[in-house]
Amino acid sequence: MNKTLHTGQNTKWVSCEKQPAPIRKREVVKKMQDTSKRTLFFGNRPKIIGCSAVVGAREKEGPLGKFFRNVETDKTLGQKTFENAEIKMLEKAVESATRGAKLRFSEIDLLLSGDLMNQITSSSYVARKMAVPYMGLYSACSTMTQCLTLGASLVNAGYFDNIACATGSHFATAERQFRFPLEYGCQRPPYAQWTVTGAGCSIIGKDGDGPSITAATIGKAIDFGIKDLSNMGAAMAPAAMDTLCTLFKDTGTDASDYDMIVTGDLGKLGSDIFRDLMSGEGYYMGQDYSDCGAIIYDRNQRCYQGGSGAGCSAAVFNSFVMERLWKKTINKVVFLATGALMSNTSSYQGESIPAISHAVVVEN
Amino acid sequence: MATKAEVLRNKKYSEYIAAITPKTHLAQSLLYAFLIGGIFCLIGQLIYDSFEVIFPHYDHIRLGNITAMVLIAGASFLTGLGLYDKFARRGGAGSFLPITGFANAMASASMEFKTEGLTFGTSTKMFSVVGPVIVNGVVWSTVAALITMLVKVIAAAIGG
Repeated sequence: MNKTLHTGQNTKWVSCEKQPAPIRKREVVKKMQDTSKRTLFFGNRPKIIGCSAVVGAREKEGPLGKFFRNVETDKTLGQKTFENAEIKMLEKAVESATRGAKLRFSEIDLLLSGDLMNQITSSSYVARKMAVPYMGLYSACSTMTQCLTLGASLVNAGYFDNIACATGSHFATAERQFRFPLEYGCQRPPYAQWTVTGAGCSIIGKDGDGPSITAATIGKAIDFGIKDLSNMGAAMAPAAMDTLCTLFKDTGTDASDYDMIVTGDLGKLGSDIFRDLMSGEGYYMGQDYSDCGAIIYDRNQRCYQGGSGAGCSAAVFNSFVMERLWKKTINKVVFLATGALMSNTSSYQGESIPAISHAVVVEN
Repeated sequence: MATKAEVLRNKKYSEYIAAITPKTHLAQSLLYAFLIGGIFCLIGQLIYDSFEVIFPHYDHIRLGNITAMVLIAGASFLTGLGLYDKFARRGGAGSFLPITGFANAMASASMEFKTEGLTFGTSTKMFSVVGPVIVNGVVWSTVAALITMLVKVIAAAIGG
């Protein structure tokens, strides 16, 4: 019954006697049987000491508008191309998060960043500007939680003091990459989603004030055979379900133990599917569950099922969710961003869409 | 390889998704397509008729060509102003089937890839959206021509 977990004593793998999360007695036995090894517990409590979100005008007009402090009304941010605009936006997010954490660029030990562009160029160009050690990550729209999971692991293990985790996406660049030219007149199906123009950055620090990341569950690539590129919510909901169920089982908790459960960009339809899937597994997702994609746009903004893209979950988490955590309106949050791991080539070749979702637990 | 249980699960899931996913409203879409497409055709006819009044000695082929040119130029202009996709969002097939849709597809692609330079951007990617239209246009018109020829030959053989 020795469950080995990486608890952060540098490189040693030690058996974990005590979990930081509250465990119910009746579930302890069950938990010990389901040793998934997918959930990491961070005993040293790495903290989110700074966070920042940058969004575009359309996101500012949405229901979460008042939580977004940094707004770029110009679609190109004064740059020549939309790609440069995305780089600029991501850079601004990293910059203001660093400032928020009262640090300088030179004090950032590592930048973990990813985006949706081919060969994650946006992140790499931000890293070029910042001149800090950098690792580029790609996990489609769940890049934010992948960055947070890895960042928290590295800080918890004591390798680094401050790690910046950043992600962003831009509507215009994503349209070009995955769909049609911007001005091309095409109709979208009513279940499509709208790529969010936004970027978010969290600074994970060893010391300092802020909510800490206490656990993280690493997702599996789950494929339920969905092939429709427009119906991302349906493709990604099973991955979120799998990860959240694993997290619940590994920590011995359920939905009522958290003040807020927030998924990445399933959209309105996707989050309904997610609720159904979770109730199929025996977990009831109540009022405390919401989806970044479903809440970022208003119904009247004609964004179909809501927002999507790496920037969606990053921007909402680093503004709306983090602000409520800072103010202690909520104290325990599960954040699981969801990503679809396909490319245009794979889907034109008839492959179905695998999806992934990593979860992090953030507590005060 | 997917196991039997997975195949079953995926089948069940896709049935569930098909049931829950909102559908496009058919009657409404048809009406909008008819209206928007109809308006474009009406404008085309107006252009044709006015050129016929201005240049009475032109035959109908030349007038048709002029009309098409004006429509293409107009649609490209509207694309440049960022207005065409707004009609298209409502109009659907009503806006992409007429020649204006073809112009929009070319103009939007060349605008989009302008940032990558004239050779590798605009020139290379201009046909990225309309490529299939051209290929299919050539292939199917060839097929149509062959069928017409065949019918004529058979008719001549029976008649003769």
